[in-house]
Amino acid sequence: MLWFIGRRLLQMIPVFFGATFLIYFMVFALPGDPILALFGEKTPSPAVVEQLRAQYHLDQPFIVQYLLYLKSLVTFDLGNSFSGRPIADVMAKAFPVTLRLATLAVLFEAVAGITVGLISGLRKGKFFDSSALVVSLLLISIPTFVIGFVLQYVFAVQLGWTKATVGPQAGWSELVLPAIVLASVSFAYIIRLTRTSISENMGADYVRTASSKGLTRGRVVRVHVLRNSLIPVVTFIGADFGALMVGAIVTEGIFNIPGVGGTVFQAIKQGQGPTVVSFVAVFVIIFMVANLLVDLLYAVLDPRIRYAN
Amino acid sequence: MSIDTQANVGTASAATADQRKPMLEVRDLQVGFTTQDKGIVPAVRGVNFTLNAGETLAIVGESGSGKSTTAHAIINLLPGTGKITGGSVFFDGEEISAMNARQIEDVRGRLIGFVPQDPMSNLNPVWNIGFQVEETLRANGLADSKTDARQKAIKVLQEAGLSDAASRLKQYPHQFSGGMRQRVLIGIGLSSQPKLLIADEPTSALDVTVQKVILDHLAMLTRETGTSVLFITHDLGLAAERAEKLVVMYQGKIVESGRSKDILADPVHPYTRRLVAAAPSLASKRMQIQKVEDADATELTDALDVTMIERAEQREERAKSGRGYITVSDVSKTYTIRRGGFKADLFTAVDKVSFQIDKGTTMGIVGESGSGKSTLAKLMLKLEPLSGGAISVDGKDIDSIKGAKELLAFRRKVQPVFQDPYGTLDPMYNIANTIAEPLNTHKIGTSKQRRARVRELLDQVLMPQSTMNRYPGELSGGQRQRIAIARALALKPEILVLDEAVSALDVLVQGQVLNLLTELQQELGLTYMFITHDLAVVRLVADRVCVMQKGRIVETATTDEVFDNPKELYTQELLSAIPGAGFEFGR
Repeated sequence: MLWFIGRRLLQMIPVFFGATFLIYFMVFALPGDPILALFGEKTPSPAVVEQLRAQYHLDQPFIVQYLLYLKSLVTFDLGNSFSGRPIADVMAKAFPVTLRLATLAVLFEAVAGITVGLISGLRKGKFFDSSALVVSLLLISIPTFVIGFVLQYVFAVQLGWTKATVGPQAGWSELVLPAIVLASVSFAYIIRLTRTSISENMGADYVRTASSKGLTRGRVVRVHVLRNSLIPVVTFIGADFGALMVGAIVTEGIFNIPGVGGTVFQAIKQGQGPTVVSFVAVFVIIFMVANLLVDLLYAVLDPRIRYAN
Repeated sequence: MSIDTQANVGTASAATADQRKPMLEVRDLQVGFTTQDKGIVPAVRGVNFTLNAGETLAIVGESGSGKSTTAHAIINLLPGTGKITGGSVFFDGEEISAMNARQIEDVRGRLIGFVPQDPMSNLNPVWNIGFQVEETLRANGLADSKTDARQKAIKVLQEAGLSDAASRLKQYPHQFSGGMRQRVLIGIGLSSQPKLLIADEPTSALDVTVQKVILDHLAMLTRETGTSVLFITHDLGLAAERAEKLVVMYQGKIVESGRSKDILADPVHPYTRRLVAAAPSLASKRMQIQKVEDADATELTDALDVTMIERAEQREERAKSGRGYITVSDVSKTYTIRRGGFKADLFTAVDKVSFQIDKGTTMGIVGESGSGKSTLAKLMLKLEPLSGGAISVDGKDIDSIKGAKELLAFRRKVQPVFQDPYGTLDPMYNIANTIAEPLNTHKIGTSKQRRARVRELLDQVLMPQSTMNRYPGELSGGQRQRIAIARALALKPEILVLDEAVSALDVLVQGQVLNLLTELQQELGLTYMFITHDLAVVRLVADRVCVMQKGRIVETATTDEVFDNPKELYTQELLSAIPGAGFEFGR
C-alpha cells in the first residue's frame, strides 16, 4: 500500500512539470503584447515599456522565462502580477472561495444524486424512476447558465430565501445556491450512474444468495447492493471535483463570486503567463490529489484491488 | 408413491418416525416472466412433487427446463419480473407461497437453506468470508454477540470442510478457489441446521474430483442432521447417484418422476430416454457394449453413437500413416507472479510435457482446472512463447516461425475453438461477418467467394444459411458453438485446438456438437487436440489421452487403456469421480 502511494506521488512529478510547461507555452504563444495591453488606449513611453519587459523577464527567450518561473515556483516567491499585486495574494483570495463552492457542490451531488439514484434503481420502471430520469435528462440538456439564472430568479429574487449575488467574503451559506447550480449537471449524471449500477447489482447472484440467507431486504440493499454499486460512482465524483473547480467560471459569473474562474479568465485575456500558470499548477495538484484519493477509496471499497499485485 | 428411506438412516433413531412426514409439497406450481412484447411467458407450468423429511429429491433437466426457476419460486427469490402465477408451495405444513415478504424472510436461511450454483458469483466480492458467514448466523438469531458469531462461523466453516477457517476468516472470496468458495456457500446454507436444503447445481462449476468430495461431504452433513435436500442438476448420473427420488423436467413440466434407479433403468418418457442416452458418462459405457454386441447397435434410433464407433475404427486405420504429425517434446511454460514490491515468484504452468499426435486423430488432454491444459493450448496455438522444449507441426518447429507472413501461414494451419460460446463471438458482428473475418484477415478470395464460403461452412456445421444475417445474441449456446467451429474451419485448417469446446453445453447439445466434430474430422481429415476436464467426453472422441496434473503428464495411453486399465492413482481418482459411474443404465 505504501509502495503504491509512493509510486503514485512520484508519478505526479513529471505530470506536474509537463502540465505547467504546456500552459506556460500556450500563454506565451497567445497573440498580443501583454505590456501594451496594460495601458489600454494610452501610448506608453518606450522606456517604461522596456523597463516593465525587463522586470517581468519578457525580453528573455521563452525557455529562460519558463526556467525563471520554475525557480520562483520552487522558492515559493511567485512574484507580482502585471498589475502589481503579489500573485500569492491573488491566489490566497480566490482559491478558498472556489474550494468552498466546489466542496458544497460535491457534497450536494453526492448525497442527493446517490439518494435519488438508489431509490430509482430499486424502483426501476415505476413512477419515481421515470420522473428522475426525465429530470436528469433535463438537467443534462439545459446549459448551466440557464439553470443558474432561473434558480437565481426564483429563490433569490422572488422568494428571497437567499441573496442574488455573493458578497466579497463569499461565506458558506451564501454559496449554497451557486453550489447547487454548479452541481446540477453532475447531479444528473450521478443519478443515472447510481441507478444503473444499483439495478444491475440487484440482479447479481450474491444479492440473491444474501436474501436466501434470511437477511432483511433493508440489510441486503445497504450491505450488499449499495457498497458494490458505489464503486463507479466514487470514481466519477473524485474526477468531478477537479472539473467543478475549473468549470466554476460560469456559475461564478452569474452569482458574482470572487473565485478562481474570473481571476484566471482575466489573466488569460491579459497574457499574464506567471499568474495563469500559478493557478494552473494548483489545479494540476488538486486534480492529481483527488485522483489519488479516488484510487485509495477504490481500494477501500473493493478488496480485489487492495490485494491485487 | 412409497418412499424408500434406506439411504437416509439418520443417526437419531427418533427421526425415523418423522421421516414419512412431507417436508415440502409443491402443488400445481406455475411461474411466469413478464416480457414487454409477449406478455407473461410461462416458465414453470404446473409442477407437482412431494419431498419427505430426511429425503433427497433431485430435479433434472436441461437449461431452460424450469428446474432452477422452481427452486427459486419455493423461497420466493425469482429474478426480475418472475412471478408465481398459480399453485401453491407448502413447507412443513405451512403455505409459504402465501406468506408476505417479512414472513418469508424469517423462513429463508433459518428453516430453508440455499446453496447456489456458481461459487464464483455468489459471494459478495467486497466483504470478507467471515463477515458473510457471521451475518447469516446473526440474521437467524444463532449468535448474540460479535465474538460468539465469530466462533460459530469458524465452526460452520470447519464443518463445511475448511480446516484452516480460523486463519482465513478475514480473507476475501477472490482469495479462495472455486471449491473452497462452494464449501463456504454450503456452510452458509447449512449454518442454521435448516429442515430443508435447496442445492441448485451446487457443484456444476467444479472439477469432478472436487465435486465428488463436496457432494460426499454435503450428503454426510445432511444425513447427520436429517435435513431434506432438494437437489437441482442437469446431470442425470449425478442425480441418480445422490438422490433416491427423481423428477425430470422438460419445458416447464414434469415429464417423469419416481425412484432414481427405476427411471434410469427403464425411462418411459421419450425425453428421459434421450437424456439417458446422451449423458456422456453413460454413453461411453454403451459404446463399449455396442462394440461387442454389434446387433444391438443397429437397433439404436439415436444415430450418434453408431456412426461414432464406425468412425473410430476408420480413424485407427488412418492413424497408422502420418505418425507424429504434431510432436511436443519437453515443453515447459513458466510465469512470473509478482508478489508486490520487487519480489516475484516463478510458477510452472506446464512442466516438461511430451507427446505426439498422429495426423487425422484426436488427442484428448484431460485434467482439472489448474493442471496446465489450457496453457498447453495457448502454446500449441503460438499465442504465448515457450519457456522450454519444442513443438513441431508437420516437421516444422513452431518456434522458428518468424515474421507476419509465416505466422499467418501457421495460423491458417492451426485454429482454435474455445469454451465459452457466449464470450468468443462478437455480439456486434453478424454471423456472416463473424465467419468471414478470418478470410478477410488472410485476404482469401473476393468478397463474393467469401460469402460463398460462409454458406458452405454453415452447411458443414448444419446451420441454415438464413443464419448469416443474425447476431450471436439470437442464437442458443449450441448454435453459437457451431458458428465458432465454422469460423475455425473457414481457413481450411489441418489442426483444431478445442479448449473445453463442449463443456458449457447441455448434454443433448453436447452430443450433437461432438457428433459434428467427429463428422468433420472424417470429412476433412482434421487433427484435433481436444482439451477437457470431462473424461466421459474424451472417451467419445479421443484416440489417445494425456492425463495432466499440476503441469505434468501423469499418464499417456490409448483411450481404451486409460479407461479400462488406468495405471496412475490420479487417473483412477478422476475416473471414479465421474458421477453415475457405478450405475447400470437402460436406454
